[in-house]
This record gives sequence, C-alpha cells and structure tokens, in this order.
Amino acid sequence: MMDYSQFLLMPQEIGLLLVFLLVFIYDTFMPERTQRHMPIFTVIMFALYTIYCFCPVAVGEAFGGMFETNAPTWVMKNILNVGVLLVLLQAVKWTNSDFVSVRRGEFYELLLLTLLGMFFMISARHFLLFVIGLETASLPIAALAAFEKRHYESHEAAAKYIFTAIFSSAIFLLGISFVYGMSGSLYFKDIATALIGNKSALLIAALAFVIAGVGFKLSLVPFHQWTADVYQGAPTAVTSYLSVISKGAAAFSFLVILVQVFGSAYSQAWEWMLYAIIILTITIGNLFAIRQRNLKRFLAFSSISQAGYIMLGVIAVNVMGMSSMIYYVLVYIFSNLAAFGVIAAIERHTGRVTMDDYNGLFKTNPWLAFTMMLAMFSLGGIPPFAGFFSKFFIFVGACHQGSVAIYALVLIALVNTIISLYYYLLVVKAMFLRQDDCVIPAFKSHWTERTGLILCVLGIIFIGLLSCIYAYINGAVDAISSMFAVIQ
Amino acid sequence: MPLSLAIVVVALPLFMFLFLGLVGVKMGRKITGVIGVLAMLVDTVLAYGVALTYFYGSGQGQMLDGVRQAVVVANPAWLSFTDTLVVRMGVLVDPIAAMMLVVITTVSLMVHLYSLGYMSDHDGNAEKGFQRYYAFLALFTFSMLGLVVATNIFQIFIFFEMVGLSSYLLIGFYYSTPAANHANKKAFIVTRLADLFFLLGIMILSYYTGTFDFGGVNGGDGLVFNPIVNDVASTNMQVAQSAVASTGATTFMGCSVIAWALTFIFIGGAGKSAMYPLHIWLPDAMEGPTPVSALIHAATMVVAGVFLVARLFPLYVLVQGAMNIILVVGAFTAFYAAAIACTQSDIKRALAFSTISQIAFMMTSLAVSSNQNALIEIHEGYGLGYMASMFHLFTHAMFKALLFLCAGAIIHAVHSNENDKMHGLHKFMPITSICFFIGCLAIAGIPPFAGFWSKDEILVAAYQRGLGWGIWMSMVAGMTAFYMFRIYYLIFWWKKHEVHDTHHAPKDQPWTMTLPLIILAAISCVAGFVPFHNLVTWDGKALHTALDMKVAGTSVLIALVGIALATVMYFKENPLPERMANAMRGLWTASYKRFYMDELYQFITHKVIFQAICVPIAWFDRHIIDGFMNLLADATNSLSFGIRRMQSGSIQAYVYVYLLGALLLGAITMICVLL
Repeated sequence: MMDYSQFLLMPQEIGLLLVFLLVFIYDTFMPERTQRHMPIFTVIMFALYTIYCFCPVAVGEAFGGMFETNAPTWVMKNILNVGVLLVLLQAVKWTNSDFVSVRRGEFYELLLLTLLGMFFMISARHFLLFVIGLETASLPIAALAAFEKRHYESHEAAAKYIFTAIFSSAIFLLGISFVYGMSGSLYFKDIATALIGNKSALLIAALAFVIAGVGFKLSLVPFHQWTADVYQGAPTAVTSYLSVISKGAAAFSFLVILVQVFGSAYSQAWEWMLYAIIILTITIGNLFAIRQRNLKRFLAFSSISQAGYIMLGVIAVNVMGMSSMIYYVLVYIFSNLAAFGVIAAIERHTGRVTMDDYNGLFKTNPWLAFTMMLAMFSLGGIPPFAGFFSKFFIFVGACHQGSVAIYALVLIALVNTIISLYYYLLVVKAMFLRQDDCVIPAFKSHWTERTGLILCVLGIIFIGLLSCIYAYINGAVDAISSMFAVIQ
Repeated sequence: MPLSLAIVVVALPLFMFLFLGLVGVKMGRKITGVIGVLAMLVDTVLAYGVALTYFYGSGQGQMLDGVRQAVVVANPAWLSFTDTLVVRMGVLVDPIAAMMLVVITTVSLMVHLYSLGYMSDHDGNAEKGFQRYYAFLALFTFSMLGLVVATNIFQIFIFFEMVGLSSYLLIGFYYSTPAANHANKKAFIVTRLADLFFLLGIMILSYYTGTFDFGGVNGGDGLVFNPIVNDVASTNMQVAQSAVASTGATTFMGCSVIAWALTFIFIGGAGKSAMYPLHIWLPDAMEGPTPVSALIHAATMVVAGVFLVARLFPLYVLVQGAMNIILVVGAFTAFYAAAIACTQSDIKRALAFSTISQIAFMMTSLAVSSNQNALIEIHEGYGLGYMASMFHLFTHAMFKALLFLCAGAIIHAVHSNENDKMHGLHKFMPITSICFFIGCLAIAGIPPFAGFWSKDEILVAAYQRGLGWGIWMSMVAGMTAFYMFRIYYLIFWWKKHEVHDTHHAPKDQPWTMTLPLIILAAISCVAGFVPFHNLVTWDGKALHTALDMKVAGTSVLIALVGIALATVMYFKENPLPERMANAMRGLWTASYKRFYMDELYQFITHKVIFQAICVPIAWFDRHIIDGFMNLLADATNSLSFGIRRMQSGSIQAYVYVYLLGALLLGAITMICVLL
C-alpha cells in the first residue's frame, strides 16, 4: 500500500504539473479565437503558482529516499520559478508573432516540462531519477531551439544541441555505471557509504565523466562549445531560458552530487581538477567574449565565464559557498534576463542584434539603454548593483575554504573580472558614447516586456542592498549544514 | 501621534527627491516647486508632532523615573559582520534627535518656500534647473534627517557622506560658473578628508567595543557601545572609568585607543562643522545659491559635527584628553573666525565666518561640559554645557537662517555680494531691514531675543570650567555683537543709497521670500523661551538652571559695548574705520585675507604634497600600474586572437574536444593521485 502523503513533499512539482495541464487543456480545447490570449493566461497561471510556492513546505524524503525536499531545494526552485516568470513575460509578444503563433502552445508546454525536469534534478537523491530529470530538462530544449522554423541558424542550433546533449548523456551514464559497479547502488546515500576512502582510478574516471555530463549543462570549458552556436541560433526567449534557468538547476544539482555522492571519497586531487576547469572556463569565456560583435553570441561567452564564477561557489563546499552560489544564480537571473530582455525587444522591433547596431541607442531609447547599462554593470560586478554583492559573496565563500590554492584561484577570478569589465563596458560605450547614422529608431515596447524589464531593474538595484535576502538564503542552507560534514 | 511617524518624516523627503528628480523634470518648473513646498510642509507638521509627542506625550516608555529615554522606533539589520557587529538602518528618537527634527524641517521648509522666489528672475519665471534644485534640496533634507535619527555610528557615517554629497551638488548648482565648481570641489575634498578620520575612528571604536549601536529602550541589545557606557547613565563614574580603562587598555603612542578613536571622530565632525584648520571650505561654499547657504551652510549641515560630538557625549565625557582638544580647537576657532568676520566686505562671507564662530561656541560649550570635577561632584552646573550647546544650536539655526535669507533678499535686489553696493537700504527694503536687525540682536545676545538665552548658558558653563575660558568666550561674544552690527550698518545705513535706475530700485522681495523672513524673525524673538533645560539634557534628567545675573549682566554689557562701537564707526559715513584700518594696516589686511590660511593650504598642497608625494605616485601609476594593465590588455587581446580557431563551428570538432576533455581530465587527475 502506497503512502500518498509523500506527495505532500512535492507541492512545487505537482503545482507545476497542474499549470502545465491547464496550459495543455487551453491549447487543445479552447476555440481558435481565444488562443492569442494564451501567453497572458500562462503568465497569470504561472505567477499564481509562483506566489503559491512561497508558502512553506514540509521537508523530508519521499519514495524510499529517492526524492528529497529541504530548505535549499525549496529556495532554489522558487528562484527558478521567478526566473521562468520573467522569461514568460518577455516571451509574450514573441509567441504571438507570425510564424510562431501557430505553435505557441508547444513552446509553453515544452518549457514547463523542462522546468519540471530541472526540479527533479534538484531534488533527486537517486541516480535513476536524476537521469530522468536531466533528460526531461535536455531533450525538449532541442525542440525549443528549433522553434524559428524559417531560420537556418535555428535548425543548426537544435542539431548542435541535440548531438552534444546525447553525447554528454552517454558519457554521464558511463560515469554512473562505474559508480554503480563500485558501490552496487544508485542511491546517493548508499553510494557515499560504499565509497568511503575509495581511492581507485575508476572513481576518478567516474567523477570526470559525471563532471563532463553536468558540465555540458553548465557549459564549462571544455564542454562548452555548443553554447555559442545554440545561444545565437535559438530564439531569444529560449536562449535566455537556457542561459539562466538551466544553468542554475545544473549548478545546484552538481553541488549536491559532489557533496552527497563523492564527498565521502573526497581528495585533494579532485580540487585540482575542478580548479583547472574553473580557470579555463572563466578565462576562455572572457577571451572569446572580447571578440564577439553579435550580442547573443557575446552573452553566450559571457555566460560561460559566469558559470565559472558559479562553480567557485560549488567548489567551496561549505555553507557560505552554497548560499553564495544560490544567491549568485538569483542575481544572475535578474541581470542576464535584463540584458536578454532588451536584446529581445530590439530584435523583435528591428531585427538587429550586433553591437554596432546599438550605437547611439541612448538617444532614441533611453530607458532600454539604461536597463542594458544596469544589466552590464551588474554582470560586470560594479557596486552598488546586485552583481557586485553576488561576486563578493562568492569570493568570500570560496576563501572560507582556506587553502592557499583557492586564494590563487580567487585572484585569477578577480583579474578575469577586470577583463570582463572591458567587454561589458563596450556595450555601454556603444549605447552612450558612440554616434551612428542609422541609429535604432525610437519604439514603444509591449507592456509585458516593460513589466519584465522593470522587475529586472528593481532586482538589480535592490537584491544587493536588501541584506535580508542573502541572510535568508544563508539561513535556509544552514538548515542542512550537516551535509558538508563529510568533507574534511 | 505615534512616534513611529518619525519614519515617515525621514522617508518623505527621499520620496520627494525621487519624485521631483524622475517625474518632476517632465512637469512645469513652478509646479514642482510648489509640490516640494507642500510636501515639506507636511513633513514639518509631522516632525513637530513627533517632537511634541516625544517631549510632552505620555506612554511609549519615553519617561522612566524622571529620566527621558531614547526610543528606537525601527532598527532593521542591514549588513551583519558578526553576531554583534551589525550595521542597522534605524530610527532613534531621543531629545537631541527630536530637537534636530524640528530644526531641520523648519529651516528646510522656510528655504523651500523662499527658493520659490529666489530661484526666479524678476519677472517671476523660474530658473533653469529649478526641478533639479528642489530635488537636491529634498535629498539634502532626507540625508540630514537620516543622520540625526541614526541608531548607530555607521548609519551616521553613511548619512554624513550623503549630506556631504548633497552639499557638493548644491554648492555647484550653477555648474557653469568656475567659482562654483572650485568651491564645491574644495568643500567636498576637505570634508571628505576629515571623514576619512571619522571612518578610522569608527573602525577603532567598533573593533574594541564590538558594536556600532547607540542603543535605546526598545533597542534591546547593544546599549550605547556596550559595555563601556552602560554604567555611565547610572552616574557611577568610577565604574564607567574603569570600563573605559579596561576596554581602552590597549594604548597607542601613550593614549588609549578609545581616546584616539574619539579624536579621529572629532576630526570628522570638525571637517563638517568647519573648525580651524578645516574651516577653509565654508566661506567658498557661499558660491551656492543663498537659500542653500542658509539651509546647509548655516543652520543644519555645519552643525553635524556638533551633533556628532553630542551624540557620542557619553563617551567623550570619559575621555578628558579628547575633550580638551575640542575645547582648545573650539575656543580658538571662535575667536579666529570672529576676528576675520570683522573685516570682510562680502556679506555672505562675513556671515559664513560668523557661522564658524558660532559653531565653535557650541563645540566649546560641549567641551566645557565634560569637566570631570563637575561630573563627579554632582552640583548645579552638571551637564550645563551640553544643554547650552544644543540650545544654541537650536536658536542659532533660526537666527542664522534668518540672516542668510535676508542677505539673499538683499543680494537678489542689488545683484551683488559686496557691501559697498548696498549702503542705506533701510528705506528701500524696510521689512528686510527689520528682520535683519532682529537677527543681529539675537546673535549679539540682547535679551529677550533667542541668542541671549542660549549664549548666556554657554558663558555660564565656560565660567564654571574656568575663569579664563569664561573671559575668552565673553570677549568673542562682544566681537560677535560688533561685527554683526558692522554688517548691519554697512548694508542698511552708512550713507544714502545711490539709485542709478529708478525702474530697478531695490525693494522688498515678493511674499514667498518675505514670509519666511517674518516667520524666522518671530521665532528668533521667542525661541529663547523654550524650556530646553527640561527637555534636552545629556542624561535625560531635567536640569535646574537659573539666570546667573553676574554673567548675564556682563555679557549684555559687552554686547552693548560692541554694538555701540559698531554704531560709532559705521552708522554714518565717516573716516574713522579707514583711519583705524590704516593704524592697524598689517592686522587689518591679515584679517581681510583670512590670516592667509588659504594661501598656506595652497602652498602645502601644491608645493609640498603635489611635488613630494603626488608626482612620484603619478609616475608609478602611469608607468607601473598602467604598464601592467596595458600588458594584461595586450596579452588578453593576442591570446583571444590566437585561440579564436578553437570555436570552429563544426559539430564533429565539438564532440572531439568534449571527449578529449573528459578523458584528459580523468587522466591528469589519475596521474596526480598516483604520484
């Protein structure tokens, strides 16, 4: 006899499923003339759901320990919900445009399903469930990337995404099979018990493969090469979704796996492996970002280097590291979505996406230029905007780990911040200082876009200044601080 | 009226700043000004309500055994360093905060109203940048209110910086004139330099005490710098002294660290309050619009330093060394500035030096109040100086704002700051003349005007400290009467005013400018009767004072002598001033040139600091720092160019890199482990 009360531990997943079903029913059964209201319907439903999710939940394990809800997973899912809400707001106008409107239902259904997959990734405590979540979160994205059927780049993006995704899944599963071979279980807890003190070469290979699998989602170097092509080719709404939501979920679950599965066999050598990845990710992301003229491609590389900073919070493996990582994701959602929101609005009105097109934007569209400037400042980490605080906390969290090597790592990351400032400010320079003959004409963006952007701007300004937000996240993570005890 | 309305009092100007700055620029000029005035009126009413409730209301725990308590209305944590070292953003209402709320909102309201007329041309059209002006006024008011209700020293620092910023913005309001630009830079740099010391002081203090908080009844933890001052309130001086001794046991260069901290904090306050030798920015700050000078550089911001010392008074009491420094600096500045004020021909500058001198009075008064003997043997004069200082702060704000606003009306009428362009204006501007006269009587200390009552208390406190200090301060009070009436006579009498153009003859200004003068003049007449000794004392207990007839009589006599002298010299055109100036040519020129302090600073900064420190640093910056940055940039750029082929765009290559990366990662780690 099954204990149905276990379902009480997954209100966020069930709520999301309900939203999905409502959208699906609307899409399937509502008459044609009401279909153009579907985007707003979805936004409202999702907003209600997001608010509902802020109600406190019970914590605990369900389904024989396969699924766990605790304070950090709850916070993380709420943060992702907020991010998705912003993405949906920015996508309203796009999904009602020609060529897209006939398939807008699919867009929302697939998007919500991938989010569901990510929730399972976050809460999974068993590799089978985790892989199901991972795949649910990956495969529909390929379909979303191919959404602009008329565009050749969109197809290319989808093809590159699906190939790399399959490849990474294969390698990830290979890594897990090694783990299963060594421990005889797929439960995180059992694996951890079985692996205590394990120093075998097989374990290292398994870890490398697991990192490769998750690294694909986080677009860590050298598993990053799909990122630029996919970000550039996919519709902007999908790109923004991919760059923040998908990354946040992957970073969180990676931290959980690293600590809960491999933590008991933790050794110094791993740190070097992760350090190398972080340095490469931040540096190479920056080096490529410098040369980009297409803003979507530019943000792709910027997001690669941002993933490196997120990883700094992951490898700290302590309470402060984890909370600063979650905080970083939160801030990153607002900053990056502000940037993508501006790009999407301009792309939709004029079809222009290169940096030169933005010359003199301040003259014609001051508010968009202002929003973009704040987004760039926040991404670059200029005080007093939220990005400064998130970088600060992530560096402090990493430094708490205490080794000399990590100080060197933080130093390298700091130098990279300076480099990143250069290219972020290039955009600001183009908008405010440069002149152009064919400036983007003034236009009025749709109210949904504007609402989304205003929310982003408020987030950028206030998340850093309101210290209670970080304190709250820190408190949530502190509830599971015992998790880090396995790491000496 | 609940005390929590203090939050609204503080927040309303911030809202007005945002509103006028963001929305106001789209609206008409006049209407933004009117909105600003109305909002300020509401704010003033609320502030009066809060102050009256605090002083006279019952309940809410503000009176406990006859001791007026500090009430913390709100105190949310903003930034936590450790469990106790938390920066909070709160609102504290205690006697001095409530008093300051009244002062700031009153003067600010008057200035808001006055500016409607002043910032317009003669046809009544508002100037360019009118909205910006009102937005900055609101920002300043917010910053100043935030400063006085701060619950911790870090919050004070933040708002200290913000008032500095808004002062900078307002001095440089006419940003197209070079003089305004120089003046606001000078003000900002000098006060900022002083604030550096303030920050140092905060760091030392918070490091040794483990808290930033002042505390209060509802504050719970962290009473005024736990654990030092908990015992002070109980007047058990021995316990408190030993607490300071234990906390401040760490010494640096022979003084306890607490003494160092308090001295540094005083330097921060001295920068804002223009104490010698950090006073040089204030006369130049007169380049700003005159209502701004009245609000910021006469009534409110410049007393921030006095307020700071008063706020930390329970600490200063315990460290006699720091108090002695304040005493010497204050007493000297009072005399020094008064001496300069006697010769200035620019009326705003003369008023500025008068302000410096009067603030020095307040500082001195605080310093004499800490006489240890007076504290240990509790007798009549106990804490008198503190009360007198706050009292003088209050009255001075009113009559000095009045004098400045009168000066503004005159300048607006004759288009010059120099007194030789004025002379004999009493016929043309009767209302202004009367108001200015009342202001002069008040500052000179003639009963029953406001200045008499507060200055008399200061002198009593000074005499209690020592006969020498008392005589010194009485002399300065006499000089005050002299130079104020000198200015008065030179503006309104001396000789007949020459009217070149009958069409543009000077006249009393429109009602928006005249009404604030009348109101402030009325306040200057009656403010002396506010029972400060019952309301504002450092330990919250009512103070028993009586008019000391000896001191009062002497000071009135000295003031009358000063006035008489001024009357003889300046009432009617006569060669006496010229002859006296010639007789003391050297002294007169030195005073007129402000004792060459500016030249000295120029010499020190340009010849010494720039040559010896800045030039080498600039070289280092240009060649080493920039060189490193250029190297970094070049290296980054060429590296970025070199690796661009990695991103080939071919999916096969991607997969190769992917697999190779995963395998290499595993292989390298394995090698590491095996080694």
